[in-house]
This record gives sequence, structure tokens and C-alpha cells, in this order.
Amino acid sequence: MEFPEEFKYTEEHEWVQVEGDLVIVGITDFAQDALGDVVFVELPEVGTEVTAGKAFGVVESVKAVSDVYAPVSGTVEEINEELPDAPEVINTSPYGDGWMIKIRISDPTELEELMDATEYQAHIAEEH
Amino acid sequence: MTDTMKQTPLNAVHKALGARMVPFGGWEMPVQYAGVIEEHLAVRERAGLFDVSHMGEVEVSGPEALALVQRLTTNDAARLVDGQIQYSALCYPDGGVVDDVTLYRSSATHFLFCVNASNTDKDFAWMQQVHAESGIKGATLTNRSAEFAQLALQGPAAAEILGRLTSGPLTSIRYYHFSQGEVAGVPTLISRTGYTGEDGFELYIPASAAVGMWNRLLEAGRADGLMPIGLGARDTLRLEKGYALYGHELSSTISPLEAGLGWIVKLDKGDFVGRDALLKQKAAGLPRRLVGLAMEERGIPREGYPVYAGEKQVGAVTSGTMSPSLKNGIALALIESPCAVLDKELLVGIRDRKLRAKIVKPPFVKK
Repeated sequence: MEFPEEFKYTEEHEWVQVEGDLVIVGITDFAQDALGDVVFVELPEVGTEVTAGKAFGVVESVKAVSDVYAPVSGTVEEINEELPDAPEVINTSPYGDGWMIKIRISDPTELEELMDATEYQAHIAEEH
Repeated sequence: MTDTMKQTPLNAVHKALGARMVPFGGWEMPVQYAGVIEEHLAVRERAGLFDVSHMGEVEVSGPEALALVQRLTTNDAARLVDGQIQYSALCYPDGGVVDDVTLYRSSATHFLFCVNASNTDKDFAWMQQVHAESGIKGATLTNRSAEFAQLALQGPAAAEILGRLTSGPLTSIRYYHFSQGEVAGVPTLISRTGYTGEDGFELYIPASAAVGMWNRLLEAGRADGLMPIGLGARDTLRLEKGYALYGHELSSTISPLEAGLGWIVKLDKGDFVGRDALLKQKAAGLPRRLVGLAMEERGIPREGYPVYAGEKQVGAVTSGTMSPSLKNGIALALIESPCAVLDKELLVGIRDRKLRAKIVKPPFVKK
């Protein structure tokens, strides 16, 4: 299982890639593996305000429904429009083509609350 | 939790195969190996092997075995011949369902019930109670669940694969019939039944033979693409065919008539537990009916989601999933009878939205 060093992570198993005042958000390799075959993805509309720690979308596998939480607060700048038609990409490429949304950050200090790859792996080990 | 859960004889084999194990009805069972969708499609297109050793088996024997079976069940067991199987139900006096079962007739004095895993103890206690109250002396009930392991080999290639390990002709075992034979040298009750809607077999073997039989079957079917299948795909396979699952479409508060199983309720066969209540229900008209729903918008219906006709809630989903074969949301739902009209459009409440669905007649996936 991979956890890119340059990403940041949440306790709810989202990853964050920072690009200036934009962040790209998706779910981790651990999360997609735990869910199993992803068959449905619900994303917010562009322009939606999201709040750190609040659900912004839903990922469903055959067996389970799972909320996806905003790692930081801000405005949804872009969504991965390919995902609703090809939700399985979250399984095959969780850190690449399986990205979910881009958020324009409203409070950059929130990024400091997130975990790095080492801390996230320790978090998984502790939780499971 | 884990150490209090029951395990089948194949528990370690599943773990060695990399299965994800989950609690199911008091048992620790594999929910998936390679992935639910891949396993599902393997059974539809080729073949799959399931460990269903958690299922319970109760034997009824003696000169009055048939009389006791008839008292316990809704279907007419008198219609069975030796080597034949019948789908049936055990009901409470109020018409609610104790369990849905398959009934095997070996001879006029020897029957075997196959019952749902999580219901085994409840069913056996219920059977003993009905037996005691019936005054039937010439019948004995025996819970043989611990003696049996059960493997299900399902899919279009199942007969060919099983044929490599048996000497007797399998073509002579017709659907819902069984034969006592040998598979890979092990005495086996070979039953042409299943819960997938595909051709296939359920094999009842001594628990001690389970690991050897499992491995021999997987080996015999390797070239055909035979895969081990978990409970995840077992559920999506049965749902695509519209089969009821106890605790969802059937329960102590849902009668077999409401669940669309009127064909296993033979009200004219003579008295049985629940008959009076079911007769009344039939005469009064059923308030609720089970229907199939196919989503017309993208969304996955799940158990408990509300079903609406316009603004009004008329029922709820009992089982729902994304159909791996259709790539569309499907569900069984218990709704008010006036709304249970084929092709009628209803709405399923999924989170904060109401999405369109149409009433269809199961099976959702035809042959």
C-alpha cells in the first residue's frame, strides 16, 4: 500500500495535495481498499463552500456507503467530472485519476492540522 | 468479538486465500476474496465456489416424519418423492416467518431441512416446541448442523467441473433434486440447488472432509476460471434473481404472502402452523407487497431507504445494491399494495434526494 510522501492526510482517510492556494483531494489507498469495488461517487457542485471536517461527497462500494470529508475549508474550484461515469478509477488510481475535488483554501493554517505520510501510517496501524 | 464467533472448518483456508472476514449471523465468514464484482461476474460467466458450511441442517425421521414436516411447513411436502427438494417456510401462528428452508426427502420416513445459519438454534427450538405441542409420537428431530460442511459450486461450468470428481452421471440429478454419491472419494449429498440463479450444486459433506474437498474442487476448476466467492457476491447474485433473504424480505413480521411467496403456501394441504392467519390475510387482502425496483436515475438503493409515491411514503427498501451485471441500482421493497403495480414509477429517498425508480418483475437479470 502506498502513501506518497509529498501528500498530507486526514484521520478520515482523505489525502491532500497542495498546489499554492489550491488543494487536490481524494481518498487514500487504504480507504479504497477497505471499501472494495467503488460503484458510485457523489461530488459537490463547483462553487460550493466546504468546511474542514464536514462531508462534501459520498463514495459507495457494492456493500457500503461512506462520506468523504473536506480536509480544509474553502470553495470547490473544480470537480473530477470523469468520476461519476468511472467510479472504479478510485480503486485503480486513488492518488491520480481518482482525485475528487480541488478546493481554494480559505484558511491556510488548517493545513498544519493535517498529518504527513508517516503520521498517517501510524494512525492506520493504531486504528486497525 | 472474533473469539466468540463460530467458524466453519474452512476458516483458515479462507484467511490463507486472503479473504476479508466479517461477522455474519454469529459466524466469521469471508465477505470477499478478489472483489465482489469480479467474483459476481465469475459465477455468471464461469463458476464460483462458496463455503456455506454455516447453514444449519435438521433431520426429521420416523414413521410420522411426514406428518411433523407438514405441521411445521407452509408448502406441501406430501408432493415430494424420494430424492426431491422443496423450497418452503416455517411460520408462527400469526403468519410471520420463522425461517425459509429447503426440505430434502430421502424416504417417506427421512427428511432433512436446510435452514439459515443465523436461525439454526431458533429454528430447532421452534421445531421441538411445535413437535411437543403436536402430539406426534413417531417422529424424531435431530440438529445435525455441526456434522455437515456445505460447499456450493455455482455457474455455467459447475456441472463440467463437478463431473471431473464424480463417477455417477450428474445429468440425472435434475434441478431441485439430489443424490447420495461420492465426490473426490468423499460420501456426498449432491443437491442441484443454489442461491445464484445459475446451474450448480450444493454439496453436503462430513465437516472433516471440507478442506480436502474445497481444494480438490478449486484445482479441478482452475482451468475454467473457478474462483472462491464470498458473502458479498452471494448477496448481489441472489438479489439480481429476486430471491428473498431472511431478515430482509422475510421476518417474523413479514408473511410469506406479502413477500410474494404465495407459491410455497399451500393453504389446502391440511392444517399447519400459521395457516389460519394466512387464510385470513388472503381473504382480507394483503396490505403490503414485495416488489422489484430498478433505478431510473443514478443512485444505489439500500436497505431501509424510504420509497415514495409522489410526496407520500408508501414503503421501504428491504435489500438493494448496484447490480454488477446491469451496472444499475436495483432493490426489493415492501410497499403498500395499491402502489404495487408493474411499471409504476416511484421515488427512492437516497440521502437528501428522491430518485426515480420503476417497479419491475424480478428476476432483474434474466437467463
